[in-house]
Amino acid sequence: MSGEEFVPLSLTPMLIGVLAAVACALPGNFLVLRKQALIGDAISHVVLPGIVVAFLITGVVAAAPMMLGAAGAALVSVVMIEAIRRLGNIEPGAAMGLTFTTLFAAGVLLLEQSDTSSVHLDVEHALYGNLESLIWLDAIGWKSLLDPVALAGLPSELGRVVIALLGVCAFLWLFWRPLVLSTFDESFAQAMGIATNRLGVALVMVAALAAVAAFDAVGSIIVIAMFICPPAAARLMTNRLEHQVAWSVVFAVLSAVLGYVFAGYGPLWLGFDNAVSAAGMIATVSGLILALAACFAPHRHRSRAPVV
Amino acid sequence: MLWNALTLQLGYNATLVTIGATLLGIAAGVTGTFLYLRKRALVSDAISHATLPGVGIAFMLMVLLGGDGRALPGLLIGAAVSSWIGLLCVSWLTGRTRLSEDAAIGAVLSVFFGFGIVLLTVIQTMGAGRAAGLESFLLGATAGMLFNDALVIALGGALTLVAVLILRRPMALLAFDPEYAAARGINVGRMDLAIMALALAVTVIGLKIVGLILIVAMLIIPPVTARFWTDRTDHMVMISGLCGGLAAWAGAAISAVAPAMPTGPIIVLVSFGLFVASLFLAPNRGVLAAYLRHVRFQRRVHMRQGLLALAQGQPIYEAYTVRLLNRAGLAQADGVPTEAGRARAAKALRDEKRWELVRADQAFESAAALYDGLRDIETVLTGDQIAEIDQRIGGPQGVAS
Repeated sequence: MSGEEFVPLSLTPMLIGVLAAVACALPGNFLVLRKQALIGDAISHVVLPGIVVAFLITGVVAAAPMMLGAAGAALVSVVMIEAIRRLGNIEPGAAMGLTFTTLFAAGVLLLEQSDTSSVHLDVEHALYGNLESLIWLDAIGWKSLLDPVALAGLPSELGRVVIALLGVCAFLWLFWRPLVLSTFDESFAQAMGIATNRLGVALVMVAALAAVAAFDAVGSIIVIAMFICPPAAARLMTNRLEHQVAWSVVFAVLSAVLGYVFAGYGPLWLGFDNAVSAAGMIATVSGLILALAACFAPHRHRSRAPVV
Repeated sequence: MLWNALTLQLGYNATLVTIGATLLGIAAGVTGTFLYLRKRALVSDAISHATLPGVGIAFMLMVLLGGDGRALPGLLIGAAVSSWIGLLCVSWLTGRTRLSEDAAIGAVLSVFFGFGIVLLTVIQTMGAGRAAGLESFLLGATAGMLFNDALVIALGGALTLVAVLILRRPMALLAFDPEYAAARGINVGRMDLAIMALALAVTVIGLKIVGLILIVAMLIIPPVTARFWTDRTDHMVMISGLCGGLAAWAGAAISAVAPAMPTGPIIVLVSFGLFVASLFLAPNRGVLAAYLRHVRFQRRVHMRQGLLALAQGQPIYEAYTVRLLNRAGLAQADGVPTEAGRARAAKALRDEKRWELVRADQAFESAAALYDGLRDIETVLTGDQIAEIDQRIGGPQGVAS
């Protein structure tokens, strides 16, 4: 395929997909190890009401208020889960399910009640995003990568995903040791003077940041898949955390690239003339990778459980 | 208008939908109780998301076979098959690999849902507008529901409810004590699958009304609500069914009157309203009850400490204590004890001394274990025992000057 076609139409969506996948997979490693994988699920559901409320308040579909709204909703949901858990003495899973379904229902209801028909804001878009539409119209070929005028026309989602990824990396780099300690041995970490509760909340907020930025570009279904599938597959590959993180990045990149290619070109190879949903395909590929890992990965069994 | 809907006087279809939703709500509440007690509430999330590819494949198959792709029974069978596969994936991942259940649930729900989305986009390109109904499975829609669809839902809801009622005793046993259940000859693995199958039935039947994202709420919120009101399983099952039925009934009726109000979200929000009311108002486990209990406890501690301070002639600096004593007529506003206050204070001090002896004496071990600084000694010991202790304390003694 020539650069004239690839760079404007496929480079940016693919790049955004890859960056979003990595941004979600990195914190996902810790969420999976801490058995909090479904927090990602909860966050990605409550992003919808956050965005709707932001739209109703500001009246415009703009990135900044919506991301603020989504982040606010993520915070509200974390607080609500914790409050319900403590006040009602309810197990975390149920508290989580209760919270995110209620907030999601509120979001859907607000959306239906308000006049949003004129703008591009609907539940389907929130669920599976629109990766294919993030094209770079100013590009004419590989040369455009060096052309400042063309670069100015890059989709703004790219910038936000990059910022989110940098934020996630910075958080992991700064807090790597306390994070690792509190993940594997919380009491020891507390004895070392690490504020494990605050660190846990910070981790969830960083995950929310990644989720919101990725959601904006690729929809919530990829967000959940990327939080869980690459780290889970990586968990089956190795017993070392550093290697697991590296594997998860590899798997995330692989799912994003393969998923995008299969979605965009797979149907053409099979003789159909329409592409399928890239977000859905990326999630599917990540699932296939997990399935392969669950069947063949070297460390797939529990360490004590004998091979049956 | 709303009253008409609530009392089922709004046309045949609306009535059928309302009845169907109510039955479904009851079945969901009852089934959800066992899921919740088994601490597997979120498995329902994986089940519900895993229905989407089944719906897509069933649609394609039915179109390929030349039928109407939107025939509800076919779609529901497809949904049931694919969510059953999803369920098996969850239990395979948790059983055979080192992944924990939450990771398995998250992986299955996102991957199946993603694949479902892929299938939906394939269907969109397949044929003209006939796929339009499939998106309604995401969020549910009762507007424009066909008579046959409503019938399927009402029947399915009723059948699920009957199945739950038949299986409720072994399921309750399993939820509390799996080992005892196994010893009683219940096949634990199969009964667990039965609970899941019932949850799956509720999910599949509810797809059309509340949609696959919100059906989870019908399985989770009513049991959590019911848990506040009782500590008995059979009561919890009933209350949970009642809450679920009530929410579904109100939701279906409201959205029958106002088509702009989608059924699913209304049902969930009514359900949540019931939950919040229970969270605050329930006796014993409710927040309000806990607060009142705390206030009462605080008052007793202040009273006791205040009386002891009065007895020993110490000044009371705590304003709340003085206020309490004053209100009870035991002290004046400045903290000086009244006659009654002096008597009560003397008794409090004497009780404290009695407790001291009781706690020092091995013979009163069982009574001493009940000491918490607030309990009246008369509630623990008999009059004879107290008299015996009083003898050891002896009468008032002169103070050496």
